[in-house]
Amino acid sequence: MSQLAFWRSGSTRVLPGFGLSMGISVLFISLVLLLPITGLFGQLANLSLAEYFAIITEGRVVASYMVTIGAAAVAALVNAVFGLLLAWVLVRYEFPGKRLLDALMDLPFALPTAVAGITLATLYAGNGWVGNIIEPMGFQVAYTWVGIALAMAFTSIPFVVRTVQPVLEDLPAEVDEAAMSLGATDGVAFRRVIMPHLWPALVTGTGLAFVRSLGEFGAIIFIAGNMPYETEITALMIFVKLQEYDYAGASAIASVVLFVSLALLLAINIWQGRFVRRLHGGKG
Amino acid sequence: MRRIGDAPIVRRLLIGAALLLSALFLLLPLVAIFAQAFSQGVAVFWANVSNTFTLHAIGLTLVIALMTIPICLVFGVALAWLVTRFSFPGRRILQTLIDIPFAVSPVVAGLIYLLLYGRNGWIGSWLDTHDIQLMFAWPGILMVTIFVTCPFVARELIPLMQAQGSREEEAAVTLGASGWTTFWRVTLPNIRWALLYGIILTNARAVGEFGAVSVVSGAIRGQTNTLPLHLEQLYQDYNAVGAFASAALLALIALLTLAAKAGLEWRASRREAFS
Repeated sequence: MSQLAFWRSGSTRVLPGFGLSMGISVLFISLVLLLPITGLFGQLANLSLAEYFAIITEGRVVASYMVTIGAAAVAALVNAVFGLLLAWVLVRYEFPGKRLLDALMDLPFALPTAVAGITLATLYAGNGWVGNIIEPMGFQVAYTWVGIALAMAFTSIPFVVRTVQPVLEDLPAEVDEAAMSLGATDGVAFRRVIMPHLWPALVTGTGLAFVRSLGEFGAIIFIAGNMPYETEITALMIFVKLQEYDYAGASAIASVVLFVSLALLLAINIWQGRFVRRLHGGKG
Repeated sequence: MRRIGDAPIVRRLLIGAALLLSALFLLLPLVAIFAQAFSQGVAVFWANVSNTFTLHAIGLTLVIALMTIPICLVFGVALAWLVTRFSFPGRRILQTLIDIPFAVSPVVAGLIYLLLYGRNGWIGSWLDTHDIQLMFAWPGILMVTIFVTCPFVARELIPLMQAQGSREEEAAVTLGASGWTTFWRVTLPNIRWALLYGIILTNARAVGEFGAVSVVSGAIRGQTNTLPLHLEQLYQDYNAVGAFASAALLALIALLTLAAKAGLEWRASRREAFS
């Protein structure tokens, strides 16, 4: 009993295992996640500031940022629309094959990226199932910028669907009933009543899709064509530098990618935290 | 009462658009994998799969996944227990740190391990003088696989354990159960399905990881080639049918993952309906 009283008085920690779980978690995070990042900084320390800037602002590398960011932005926007449509249909309607469609949504997460890569490249190449229909019509997807955006969109679609879906499910029926009974049309009611509830989740999902697309590698390199200045993504630039044993160059570019993705991740987390707090009346 | 988007035309239009786009965008690639793999018949598919190098790649891939899972499992459960059962300063930071592997490009993940444990890194150079090689060998593959897969179990458990709260465990402990008994008898039965799904996701990603592994593996055929690297080599050698045979095996694992997820969700919804 005295032991119990001690637990109660000092803190709210009734349950055991604080020390053990803290030990395992901190040890693991330090060794697996944080320690390797020091290797990157160690490598960067060998570069002067001028050398560092020369590497990360080299023409071919800058072109790869443009290709990556541009394609990722297009992919994220397409996914925002497509993802919203899919989430809406999966939550609001009953139809044959709904279960299957729902299961299919996770395919891009479950399918290894290299498998997605060679499959998309084969489908959209000039002699592929899709390529031999669209290329005579003048649309070239494989080995162009469009192919990169397509591969990015494929790998990141679940982020939008799976972020919007639960929010839409939790929306009570009274919300649209009220709007409809007051005489709003579907379009107006959707824009003015549903969207304000949905857009925090939509922005979060689209943001996650964008971050994922910036770093994607396996799904893209097969369909990209990898032409310097035109269809080279930044992740490939790092890979090319490594194959030339230019570790300093690879590290410099990697540090840019790492910084941008961690900054975006942090921004999304803060944004999400704020929106959750607002929904729960400041208790978050 | 009518809800938004209930008009038959709107409804049919939206369902039709969703089905058509999903069929073209998601289903068609899936069908194409198997069509390509079997395009020269079952015998050729089988010859491609039972080839020595493919078998070695399958073996290595499975061994890496089997070693990754228990490590991620222990970490995931410990972290979920820590952040859902206790409140302490730095809790939010831990939850953000665990997302790092999702945000970091797989190529960058491979690179940071190569820089640290490769021959020129500060740990790698020490290991080198003791004749221990981690990079361009299976331990390197294992290390980066753990890096990219470690969030899955924790990510599945944290929301569930947060929602369930700690009342049942507190009751068990106050009634005199030891910490381990409480965990095995109270916590584990409550989280087993989420745990299982976390393991399935960890396995799917471990088996399929490409970017990070391609940086640290060296891709030596018959030695450090995992299945995704093996299919890349075959594809670059213009052996598309061979590449798609390996791809079909990986796609099969992906399909099993989706089926398991659907099954677990169906179970959960049925339980909800009964309770």
